[in-house]
Amino acid sequence: MSILTQPWPWYITGPLIGLMIPLLLLLGNKAFGISSSLRHICAACIPTNVKFFKYDWKAESWNLVFALGMIIGGCIAGVVFKNPNNITLSETAVTSISTLGITNFSGLIPTEIFNFSSLLTLKGFILIIIGGFMIGFGTRYANGCTSGHSIMGMANLQWPSLVSTCCFFAGGLLMTWVILPIIMKL
Amino acid sequence: MKNLKFLVLGILFGFILIKGEVISWFRIQEMFRFQSFHMYGVICSAIAIGMISILIIKKFNIKTFSGEEIKIAPKEFTKGNVIGGLMFGLGWAMTGACPGPLYALIGSGSLIVIVVLLSAVFGTYIYGVLKDKLPH
Repeated sequence: MSILTQPWPWYITGPLIGLMIPLLLLLGNKAFGISSSLRHICAACIPTNVKFFKYDWKAESWNLVFALGMIIGGCIAGVVFKNPNNITLSETAVTSISTLGITNFSGLIPTEIFNFSSLLTLKGFILIIIGGFMIGFGTRYANGCTSGHSIMGMANLQWPSLVSTCCFFAGGLLMTWVILPIIMKL
Repeated sequence: MKNLKFLVLGILFGFILIKGEVISWFRIQEMFRFQSFHMYGVICSAIAIGMISILIIKKFNIKTFSGEEIKIAPKEFTKGNVIGGLMFGLGWAMTGACPGPLYALIGSGSLIVIVVLLSAVFGTYIYGVLKDKLPH
């Protein structure tokens, strides 16, 4: 039982994520990638004449079913087999994150910032709404996300994916080291 | 129900993401601050296993279970790989999530992440509207 409630080390998690690639290829000839599902949601749910969303999204419905599965899997792992303890972060990370003004380290995300009432604060609005917007706009513009580029693309030796992955990290470093400390003071 | 297998794979993937804590804002901060090997270990070992699998599939010309030739579309380079990549990187460090983790987090009970997902869908929509005006 404890293997189902305890967090898994990287050498279990990473290889299992990697195995998604051959499983998707062998079971359905599908390339691993999640961000396309955001496009399919637009195509399926938003009545629009925009050319980018005029395609047969039903032919790609496997991607939406996969996303639905992830919600269910997240529920089983995060609710049914919930880890009763806080995440074991490195001590230096706890110190750094504390200096951002975060005191509550329970759960997977800092509930002090990510909650419904913080949507009405400038800080919460920027991190939740603008942050989400950047994920959707950026991944489609880059034609992939961490799964499609950093894992699938890199595993398939695609150099554009390497460029994208470097840019994902460059953006993340800029946010973490320069912009986030400013946002957290708002 | 030809999509059932993808539902099962999705459930497995969502489960793995939560148990590996790779969907945690805390872990993503730790990664971008180079304060733990965890995320780097996860990403690198996932790529390694994926790479070996693809090499084996190509080398032995392995077919899908239903007998189809396995085809992987190449990734083409555009300026979007850089500009969009930087934008996504900023959003990744802000929310601590990429598209996959959004779904898993919602399932794990973080309902506020539904708002992040809706914003991401909106961002994708605005990209579609502006696509022809953006440098590619």
